[in-house]
Formats: sequence, structure tokens, C-alpha cells
Amino acid sequence: MSPKKLNLKDKYKLLTRDLDWEFSYEDRKEAFPYEEFEGIKITDWDKWEDPFRLTMESYWKYQAEKEKKLYAIYDAFAQNNGQTNVTDARYVNALKLFLTGVSPGEHAAHLGFAFTGRQMGGIGARVAAQMQSIDELRHIQTQIHAMSHYNKFFDGFDEFNHMHDRLWYLSVPKSFFEDARTAGPFEFMIAIGFSFEYVLTNLLFVPFMSGAAYNGDMATVTFGFSAQSDEARHMTLGLEIIKFLLEQHEDNLPIVQKWLDKWLWRGYRLLTLVAMMMDYMLPQKVMSWQEAWELYFEDAGGALFKDLERYGIKMPDYTDTIKQEKEHLSHQAWWIFYQYTHAAAFHTWTPSAEEMDWLSEKYPDTFDKYYRPRWELAAEMEAKGERFYTTGLPQLCQTCQIPMAFTEMSDPTQVVYRESIYNDERFHFCSDPCKSIFDNEPEKYVNAWLPVHQILQGNCGGGGLDKVIEYYHLEDGVANLDFEGSPDAERWKDWKGVA
Amino acid sequence: MSRVQIAFQDNDESRYIVAAIEQDNATAVVHYEPAMIRVENEGSLIIKRDTVSEQIGMEWDVQALHINLITLTGHIDEDDDYFKIMWNN
Repeated sequence: MSPKKLNLKDKYKLLTRDLDWEFSYEDRKEAFPYEEFEGIKITDWDKWEDPFRLTMESYWKYQAEKEKKLYAIYDAFAQNNGQTNVTDARYVNALKLFLTGVSPGEHAAHLGFAFTGRQMGGIGARVAAQMQSIDELRHIQTQIHAMSHYNKFFDGFDEFNHMHDRLWYLSVPKSFFEDARTAGPFEFMIAIGFSFEYVLTNLLFVPFMSGAAYNGDMATVTFGFSAQSDEARHMTLGLEIIKFLLEQHEDNLPIVQKWLDKWLWRGYRLLTLVAMMMDYMLPQKVMSWQEAWELYFEDAGGALFKDLERYGIKMPDYTDTIKQEKEHLSHQAWWIFYQYTHAAAFHTWTPSAEEMDWLSEKYPDTFDKYYRPRWELAAEMEAKGERFYTTGLPQLCQTCQIPMAFTEMSDPTQVVYRESIYNDERFHFCSDPCKSIFDNEPEKYVNAWLPVHQILQGNCGGGGLDKVIEYYHLEDGVANLDFEGSPDAERWKDWKGVA
Repeated sequence: MSRVQIAFQDNDESRYIVAAIEQDNATAVVHYEPAMIRVENEGSLIIKRDTVSEQIGMEWDVQALHINLITLTGHIDEDDDYFKIMWNN
């Protein structure tokens, strides 16, 4: 007779919890040196509950199955010249932004979870963080593999790693993850595990990837959804960590609330790039940024915060600002890139008449009033051969590093300027939350590597814009400037047999 | 009650999981979106091993859910014979 099969709960207990050991001859505190310095109090790690009872054995089994499915689609995509079947070559620019801006973040998350997977004292949390660390490594690898096919046919992919460390707009995601990784293990878990994974990644991976499918890009939708299937596990880890910290000790509440306030805003600002990708960069639109925000943040996030109320957690008080900004965000962001596309590794364009009608329909209170006239003027200037570029360098927010272009919601024609003085030096911010994040930890944010400051100090290739572009490894007239007239556009016309 | 939701890749495995969900959750609402199927329900949603096995025509392991899962909301309760998501409000 074969022995009785273990049930899920027992199997999980034996293959996870039982992997831990007692510290008999070493001081436990020395083994986990970061566990106390953030002020978090843990009384009993055994109270940690893993909702997904995944053992390493099952983890490898299911991950292997996901990979097989994923790579079969990559192969089919490449063998069938899938790149010629996307709706419009403009679409590929969203992928360039994804590879240069998002994928290196997966790698940063891999490193971050490796750190927390070592430093948290509880075995359940350590195992989950280690699985997530491996997942994140899988994500950057599958993303690079998917994009390597596009790299054969389009400009702007080849130097993604070099660019991530240098380009002005890529310092936004880079500094976001560096901020999280230089925090302690618990802040990292609230920053990336909870705020980013649980509350915000749906916005990146679900509607945008559904949009990729809608635009004929099977490779991207597949890595997106394959990554997101890991994400469901990550979200659960994020929710578990916040509940665990709040249940362990009441003194943890104010610390956790402060981290939440900080990281939901940091994450939201980062998603500005996604807002713009959804509203402006997908030729076939699935849903607007505003609709996605309402479904995945206001609805799903609202239910979550209602559940966390029992612990004394409150929705951050800037949520009203976000609610108002959802009607402006993507338009203001695309305008930033339109003005500075000469220094960007992807192409821009003015929205077509049809696209503007879609934007008017989706943003009835703001698009026609504030943004349509601007795009019409830009298109008119373009037609006259007077394409508008901003040649100066923008002021950057000291916290989120985005150019200061967001406006007051009480007057959407007025740019927000906030400032703080620290050690007799003046620092600038795009918003009240970015200012208060700085004011809480000024000694951290004064060290920010702000691309514009670095350019002006001569640290980015020296002299003029031509030198900076060279330092970025951008070949002028190839991966930058407008889509119209680019080598990408010419190749696309050639494939499609259009004159 | 807040709504919970779960989304799957739109493929030949998920279709049976979704059919099982509809069978076991009378009020569930199914949305077909490009390349994905999103299911919402008030308060909670359950996926039962036996119902999925019956729909799919073979023994189905609850953890095989991971293969086609895209996202979910709510707290999770997972055991050998069911997978449940719920809000406590």
C-alpha cells in the first residue's frame, strides 16, 4: 500500500516551515541585523500565514510549465514575422519605453527581494520573498527575450541597459527602485511588495497587456500575462506582509502608514509613463487610463483599504488629488515627451484626428478644453515645418525626478511649484506629496542623481545637447525624434508596400 | 460588500475554470476582454476542484490555477479541494 498523500497544508508546513533552524551557537540578532533598525516590532514570526501554500517543488513545476508555453509563443511569433502584424509601427515605441524603463525595474526588484529574502527572520516570509526574487529575474529575462525579436527590426532597443542608467526620463523608474532598495527590509516590502505589487502593478500589466493583444502583439501580451501570473502570488505576499506587521504590534501602525503614504504616491507618479502609453501610444485603444485607474485602483484598491481600516490604516489624504489628476495625467506626460523627443529613445507624434476624438470622448471634461488646442497647434506648426521642441532643460522634481510639468488641479493651466530649504539649499517639487516625502528624509533625497543637474555640471558627455545624446548612445535621427520620417517608419512602409 | 475579481488568460484551460466558477457562484459576472477573461463577484468567489475536474474532464489540481492566472483581488484561502478569494467588508 502506498503511503497516504500529504494534504496541501501539511505538505507546505513540512517543506517550508520545517526548513528553518534554531540558532544554538550564533546570536540570532546578528544573523538578522536589519530586523529591528526600522522600528518595526515582530513578536512571533510563526503567526505568518501563507495564503498560497506553494512549496518549492510545486513552484518549479508550475514555473516550468509557464515558461514552456511562453517560449512556444515567442518562437511562433518570430517564425511568422509577428512584428509585421502589429496594428501600426508607432505601437512599438511603447515597447521601447517598456524595455528601457520597466524591465530593469524587474531586475532591481530581483535584487531587492533577494535581500529581504535573506534578512527577514521568519521562514515563511523568507521563502516567499526568495520565490519572488527568482520570479523577478525570470521577468527581466523573458522581457529581454521577447524584445530581442523587435530589436532586429526597430531602433531604440539595443542599448536599453546603458540608457537606463543615463537617460533623463529613465532616472524616474531607476531612482524609484533605488529608493526602495536602500530602505530596510520592511520598508522595501511595503514599497514594492505591497504598494507597488498589490495596489499598482495591475495597472501596468493587465490593461496595457490586454492592449498589446489588441494591437497584434502576441509576444508582449504573453510575457505580460505570464509575469502577471507570478504577480498574483506577489500581491498576496504584499497583502500578507502588511496584515502581519499590523497584527504583530500596535507601534507598527504609524510606521506602516507613513510608508504607505510615501510609496503609493511614488508608485502612482511612476505610473505616469503607463498612463501615457495607454492613452497615446496604443494605436488600438482598449480602455483609457482613467477607466483603468477607476477599475484597478479606485474599485479594487478601495475594497482593500476598507479591509485595512480595522487595523487603523487610512487611505492617504492625497487620494483626492489623484482622483482629479486622472483626467490630466496622460495628456501632460505625452506633451513632456513631445517637447523633448530629440533626447528620447523612442518616437513621438501628435494624435490623429480620430485619436483626438477618442480622447475627447474618454476625457469629456478636460481634453477639448485644455489639451486638444495644444495638439492642434503642434500639428499645425509641424505642417508648416516649424516642429516645436523645447531646447532648454526642464526643472526636475527632487523626489520623483519627473520634469515639473504637472499642474494645479484648481487651475490646470498653472504648473505646480513646491519647494523646501534644507541646509541652506533650495529643492523643488512637482507636488505636495513629493515635497513631504523629501521633508521626511531630506538627507536621502539630497543625494538624488538628477539628470538635468548632471548635464549642467558637465557629467553627461559635456557641452551641448549633441554631446549628451552621444553619451546616451542615441544616434541622432535614428531612435529619437518624431515617428514620421524615422527609419522605423520607412521600414514599416516598405513592408506594407505603402509609398 | 466589496467586489472581488480574478482574471485568467483567455485559452482552452481557462474556459473550463470560468464555467466552473459560473456554476458555483450564481452571481458572478464574466467580462471577456482582449486576451483575458475577468470574473467579478460580490464579497467572495470560490473555485472548486471537483467542479473544474468535471468541466475539464480530468483530475484538476487546484494549484494548476497558477498557470493561467493573471490577477486577483481579496484575501486567499487555498486548500486541496478549493480556492477562495474574499473581502472581509
